[in-house]
Amino acid sequence: MPEAAGEINAIWGVSTEVIGLWLAALLTLAIYSFLYGDNPVYKLAEHIFVGISAAYGAGIVYHQVLIPELINPLFRPALAGQDVPKYSLIIPGLLGLMVLGRFLRGHEWISRWPIAFVMGLGAGLSIPRSMQSLVLLQMHGTMQPVWPLVTAEGWVGVDNILMIAGVICTLAYFYFSLPHRGVMGGMSRVGIWFLMIGFGAGFGNTVMARISLLIGRIQFLIYDWLPTIGIHLGGPGVG
Amino acid sequence: MRLQIPIAIGFLAGFFMLVQFFVPHQFFQQSYLELFDWVKIIGAFALVLGLGSLFRTHIDKIRNRRPDHIYSFVTLISFAVMFVFGIVYGVKPHTSFDWLFKNVQTPLEATVFSLLAFFMASAAYRTFRARSVEATLLLTVAVIVMLGRVPISDYVSFVDFHEASEWIMSVPGMAAKRGILLGVALGVVATALRILLGIERSHLGGGGGGSS
Amino acid sequence: MLPPMAMWEKLLYFDRRIIFLIIAVAVLVPFLTGWMLPQGKITATTQHLFDAIEALPPRTPVMISFDYSPSSMPEIQPMALALAHHILSRNLRLVAVTLVVTGPQMADAAIMPVAEKLGKQEGVDWVNLGFKTGGAVLVTQMGEDIKRAYPADARGNSTQNLPVMAGVHNYDDIGLIIDLASSAAPGTWIVYAHDPYDIKLAAGVTGVMAADYYPFLQTGQMMGLLNGLKGAAEYEYLVGQTGFGLLGMSAQSVAHLLIILFVILGNIGYFTSGRHRRQQR
Repeated sequence: MPEAAGEINAIWGVSTEVIGLWLAALLTLAIYSFLYGDNPVYKLAEHIFVGISAAYGAGIVYHQVLIPELINPLFRPALAGQDVPKYSLIIPGLLGLMVLGRFLRGHEWISRWPIAFVMGLGAGLSIPRSMQSLVLLQMHGTMQPVWPLVTAEGWVGVDNILMIAGVICTLAYFYFSLPHRGVMGGMSRVGIWFLMIGFGAGFGNTVMARISLLIGRIQFLIYDWLPTIGIHLGGPGVG
Repeated sequence: MRLQIPIAIGFLAGFFMLVQFFVPHQFFQQSYLELFDWVKIIGAFALVLGLGSLFRTHIDKIRNRRPDHIYSFVTLISFAVMFVFGIVYGVKPHTSFDWLFKNVQTPLEATVFSLLAFFMASAAYRTFRARSVEATLLLTVAVIVMLGRVPISDYVSFVDFHEASEWIMSVPGMAAKRGILLGVALGVVATALRILLGIERSHLGGGGGGSS
Repeated sequence: MLPPMAMWEKLLYFDRRIIFLIIAVAVLVPFLTGWMLPQGKITATTQHLFDAIEALPPRTPVMISFDYSPSSMPEIQPMALALAHHILSRNLRLVAVTLVVTGPQMADAAIMPVAEKLGKQEGVDWVNLGFKTGGAVLVTQMGEDIKRAYPADARGNSTQNLPVMAGVHNYDDIGLIIDLASSAAPGTWIVYAHDPYDIKLAAGVTGVMAADYYPFLQTGQMMGLLNGLKGAAEYEYLVGQTGFGLLGMSAQSVAHLLIILFVILGNIGYFTSGRHRRQQR
């Protein structure tokens, strides 16, 4: 592969690293211009992103999936460490091509075979394992000792009662086969409180996450881009 | 036949996996690894489907001279440039493909998502209201967790926000999450069963229904 | 002067771009002034992951699944850098895989600078196996035969001949799996790797997702969890490397206080302007 041909270290005496940082900084500011209002610069950046990221996926899939999994074993067996081509791969190769039948107007049904195969296999793989991991083990984890209420480790028993009540009441809230009246009504009401606590915790964490994303871009501008114009404000591993 | 054969294929593939799970005979072990290779290959082609609809949208826009169709050229040209670099020169570190990913795709994607910080701040001011007991509970918990997630709250001595938020996450919050999880998991298993038995057919889409 | 009700009404509906400006300034100032808060308490789930890596004997392979994209890099990449530093500096082997298409580049961005600093060699001390389609299928296949799931690494080298993969057949030969994710990938790793193959599993996730994994921590289906930038900062502190996590926590603190202030002011405005009564009607 002519890999080195894709590698250029400098253009007109400016290193490609610095050019890259400036490009990244300008594109960052282009996106932030949206905060003032929608504008052509933002739209341009947005559309570049769509094109680049789609092609990125295609490049990775070609080099890291299709070549080692299909092309090498079938057409270049020596590269795959085989003596003879692995002819059985003709089947998934054909099934893969059938997926593209979606694009043939009037013949879209061709794509059903491979999709049915993948979905069916996935379903068969998932049924016993999801049941085991997400239902049985989770139920097992809920059945915790609640007596004595105050253990040596502190309020573990109380926490356990609270947890068990929370799980049951949350399930009661989502259980629509019985009318939410009487005991069931009370349980689903308590279920809502637990859900609100759960959503509140999720919301608090979401605030952290969103702010972190902004911090990340500011860090890029300050620690990576500013040094290219001679301004150094510390950075990772410094101070 | 256009529907029966796919349903049969799906059933056989799924049933094979179920048998393999309960009967771990060497024959099944060997053949299921082979089938997994197939799934990886088919999956790669399925990703191409996404590209198809992207092209269709943008080519339609250009053909019909829709407003802003000029930007569709930008998308198609960006795609072509990145695609050629990727296929011809490879995707390893220090290639043009890698350079474009690092300096174009990364800042654009990261910055677009960081816009959410601003919109969330604005929403915090305008829409997060303690309208009811439930909403008040949600906001109170959110505030405790927000304080528990940053070191500045360690300077407050009367409440340990760090411990409080961890307790909320691991006891009442966890209970709610588990309640939701159990419901979702049962839904996942039920849907998988429906796919296996051919009751659920929406994934087979395309080409109209019917057994013609 | 406006009566109080009208004043609050006005306050509630000023141009939101002013809020944008305030939040930008609040995040910028700690960086411009170099103000840095000392790291506070360490979350138990962070400590558990650190201890698990500390307990592994030299040359044990540790697998990191890079299941995120640039959109969540600010939260996850500091974790990845600190983990790569911890793993490689302890002379453990690092095997990078990914279930999402952007993962290969995320793995290189995290491992290459650390490996270069520590003088660790690609193919001997670490490897980037790259991306494969399949998700659950891929994770299950690795449980039987990693080299079949990954015949070649991300550079196209056969995994049969890589020194870093010597003796690595399936999960039995891996000391620990860490899933760094901004997607539902940790669920896949729990269901298809931890539970059937009984392999130690931890995760580093975005703040948005963290609460979803507490049920699995309680059951022991996951032994450690890094939660967002806070988790990254804690891990950097434990490893003794000041990175983007620790550097970001002051700005994070200011922003959280500001958001809480926004919520309080918004509510004061809402109740004093009488809007809540109008809405109730």
